[in-house]
Order: sequence, then structure tokens, then C-alpha cells
Amino acid sequence: MATPKKKSNDPKTTGHSWDGIEEFDNPLPRWWLWVFYLCILWSVVYWVLYPAWPMVSGATSGVLGYSSRADVEVEIADADAANQVWYDRLMSTDLDAISADPELERFAVNAGAAVFRAQCSQCHGAGADGLRAGSGFPNLLDDEWMWGGTMDDIVTTVTYGIRNEDFPDARYSEMPSFGRDELLTPEEIDQVVNHVLAISGQAHDAALAAAGAEVFDLNCASCHGADGSGDTFVGAPALNNAIWLYGGSEADIRATVNNAHFGIMPGFTNRLNPAQIRAVGAYVHQLGGGQ
Amino acid sequence: MGILDHHKKIEKHATLLLVLSFLVVTIGGLVQIVPLFYLQNTIEEVEGMRPYAPLELAGREIYVREGCYVCHSQMVRPMRDEVERYGHYSLAAESMYDHPFQWGSKRTGPDLARLGGRYSDEWHVAHMRNPRDVVPESIMPPYAFLLDRPINGEHIADLMNAYRIVGVPYTDEMIATAREDFLAQADPEADTSGLLERYHDAQTRNFDGQPQLTEMDALISYMQMIGTLVDFDTFVRDDSR
Repeated sequence: MATPKKKSNDPKTTGHSWDGIEEFDNPLPRWWLWVFYLCILWSVVYWVLYPAWPMVSGATSGVLGYSSRADVEVEIADADAANQVWYDRLMSTDLDAISADPELERFAVNAGAAVFRAQCSQCHGAGADGLRAGSGFPNLLDDEWMWGGTMDDIVTTVTYGIRNEDFPDARYSEMPSFGRDELLTPEEIDQVVNHVLAISGQAHDAALAAAGAEVFDLNCASCHGADGSGDTFVGAPALNNAIWLYGGSEADIRATVNNAHFGIMPGFTNRLNPAQIRAVGAYVHQLGGGQ
Repeated sequence: MGILDHHKKIEKHATLLLVLSFLVVTIGGLVQIVPLFYLQNTIEEVEGMRPYAPLELAGREIYVREGCYVCHSQMVRPMRDEVERYGHYSLAAESMYDHPFQWGSKRTGPDLARLGGRYSDEWHVAHMRNPRDVVPESIMPPYAFLLDRPINGEHIADLMNAYRIVGVPYTDEMIATAREDFLAQADPEADTSGLLERYHDAQTRNFDGQPQLTEMDALISYMQMIGTLVDFDTFVRDDSR
């Protein structure tokens, strides 16, 4: 095979030749080459401006003094400072007076809604409806409250939580497991379950329910009230209506009497500032059930 | 052209090329890696970190086995939105006993670096049984089967020994009492004083609400302690980090 003759206007070759195959020594595209040089130059600038080279006791810190941790602190401080005037107003206004100040209430409800979505919605549901009836997560839309529905009650609950051991001020109460711990006989449980069905207006066995009234009076009334209307002081829910935290069917009530349930809520003192807690209280209070 | 002519010798000598390439890569590697071992600001020490208690360690193994890290990161970055949603940004030292660390690279679900204490055990059980029951829009698969898988800590001492080999400071005593501690942590009747002495702030209770000890207990004991060990009231930020 004959080697093709080189044309006079061909670029120079690199001088390498393998089996007669030669390599043109084309220059790199100018734009590419300049971008390449600029990148090298920028890297030198970067070394000076930002933390870069590891030295003996630490990396060079750069003349800009960049620190991602300091930056985020400044950013958060700026946001807090922007809200501070509102936080101050929230903290200096009586809890019950917040709703009387439309401007402040608007801030509190919106700030509270943001907090609610990040911190509360996972259990209470994005719509605060307790996910669904009988889920064990309290619905915050209705006017039935286990621990009280005034602003003060709600803020206390959010601050310290329910049945957690992190805060001595957390609300705490335990219903005994009447069946599991054999505090009541199976007959008595039958009777009291029918009594609860009766006072909540459901189908029941009248004879059992009548006998259950006495059992209820002796074992349940001290917390749930003689008429089963509950007591927010000890966190005992009302039993004489159609609202149930763990389900209101005969089987559900029996399960609860046998093995009591204990919902736990974390306290938010360490996660939110006091003004944010008041804001989320105001948000929950205005959802429909606030007292 | 002088120096380039010398370069020709390297190009034409395979062994020399190999040796010199290796030398260049070694220098590059040393410059990048070695400072991490001696620079004070890359090995920040914080108060409160301790090795995982045996049950927590077993829970962490389940976390890794089930590939939770594929969808969940454990790394709160120092950015305002993340700090406000999840809590304090993560510190390198918080992963010091993680082999391998669980920082993750993608969030399909939320970050879990500050998961501990955020939800109740009941929430976790309900969520693992069927995530849609508590988070309607969730696409996480259910892990209800963990409730049906009893565990007894048979190999926990071996596992801790393996971690000791890679640098987790488990003491002889910790390994000797591994099985005992493993069983005690989720048993409300057990004497947990030894466990608490060896692993401060370990949470002890029946995590999954079932009488028998299951993988769910282990996983929840791990999830409830993630990101809770460092007391950030005592943490002082160093600007150089």
C-alpha cells in the first residue's frame, strides 16, 4: 500500500510514525485552551479566598473567612431577628389575648402552621384530624380535649408533652389494665363495657349495662367522671359521646379495658423557642376546638 | 524540548511508567488523606458520644440490612432550612462509631440524623407496619415482618468484637455482658443498672409493645437514640470547621 503523499497545506505532524500512520499536531481549540488556563488561574484565586491547603495545625482559612457553620448561624440569627418583633409581641401578650389582636393572630397562626407541618403533622395528620378515627392519635379539630383545650392547656401540652420522661412537668396519667392485671373479673369487664356502650348511646345489653354502672362507679368514675364525661385534669377522655381515640366498638372498648393504651407525645421545649410554641398553640386553638 | 525528550524515555519504558505513575498517585493520595488524621479540626471531639448498646447495634444492623440508607440520609447539613426542619446540623464525631457511616447520598424520605425522641414508639410500630397509616402520602415499603422475627442476641458478642477490630472501643466487660445487656434493654422487668452504667442514657423499655423480643425492638431502640447523644448546650462551634 502506498503512503499517501503529504499535501503542502497539511498541519505539522508529531513526528511519530507507526506503520506509516502519522499523527497531525493540531493545536487545541483556542477557546478551550483559554478556559483551561482560566480554571487554573481561578484555582489559585480560590486557594487564597477559601479554606484550602492542609498545613501543620489546620487548613489555610482563606481571606474571606468562610465557614459554613458560621454562615448558617448568621442566616438563622437573621431570620430570628426578622421575626423578633413578632416573637416579642407573642411573648408579651396574654395567651388569651392573642386572638384579640388580628395582626398578631395572623402571624401566630401562619408561623404555627409552619411549625405544625414540620413537627406535629406526622402524628396528628397534616389536617390535624388525628389521621383517622381510632388511630390513637388525637384529633385536634373537634372540641373534645383530653388535657384541656384552652390556649394555656395547649401551650403546656406542646411545651412538655405527654407521658415522656424527658420533662418532670410532662402531663402524666395511666389507666390501669383492668383485664391484664386482673383488677376486674371477665364478668365485670363484660358489664362495664356494656355500661360504656350504654352511656355512649350505642347498642348494648341492658341487664349487663345496669350491673356495669356499679363497676364503673367503683373503678372508672374517679377519672372519667360519674357520668363518663371525662376529666381534663387527669387526661381522662369523655366516654359519653361518639368520639374515640382507640375506637368505640364493643371489641375496641373491651381491648382498652383489658390493656390500657398510653399515647406518648414529646415535649418541644428543646426543639422550638417559646414564641414558636405559643404560635403553634394559637394555630391549634383556632382549628375549631379551642376553648 | 529538552525535558519533553526525557519524557519520551518514560513513555517507552513500561516498568518505569508504572513505577512513576504509582509514585504520582501515592503523593496525591497522601496529600488528600494524611491531613485528615492529624488536623485537629477534622477530628473534632464532642461530649456524649458512646458506642452503641448491644440492642441498638443490632437495630443498626437491621437498618443497614434493609437498606434504609438508600432512601434516608443521616446528615443534617449546615443550612437554615435543614436545621429548622430537622434540628442541629450533624457533626463528624456523631458518626465516629458508625462503620460504615450512614450519611447516605439521597433523600427519598426525610433525613434521620435527629430522629431520636421525635416520635413515640407506638408511632414507629404503626409506621413500620404500614407507613400509609400515619403518613398518607408516604411511598415507603412496609416492614411489618420485623414484628414477627424474634431475636435473642446469640451472635451479638461476635458482632461487637468485629466492631472492636475496626476501632470501636468496646471493652472486655462490654463484650462479656453483651448478651445480658442485649436482653435487658427491651425488658421492663430486667435490672438495667449495669447496662446504663456501660451505655449512658440508653433507653430501656419494651419498644414494640409485644411480649417477645423482635427485630422491631432492636430497630426502634436504634431509631430512638439516633442523634440524641451529643448535648448541644455544651457544644461550642469552631469557626475553622
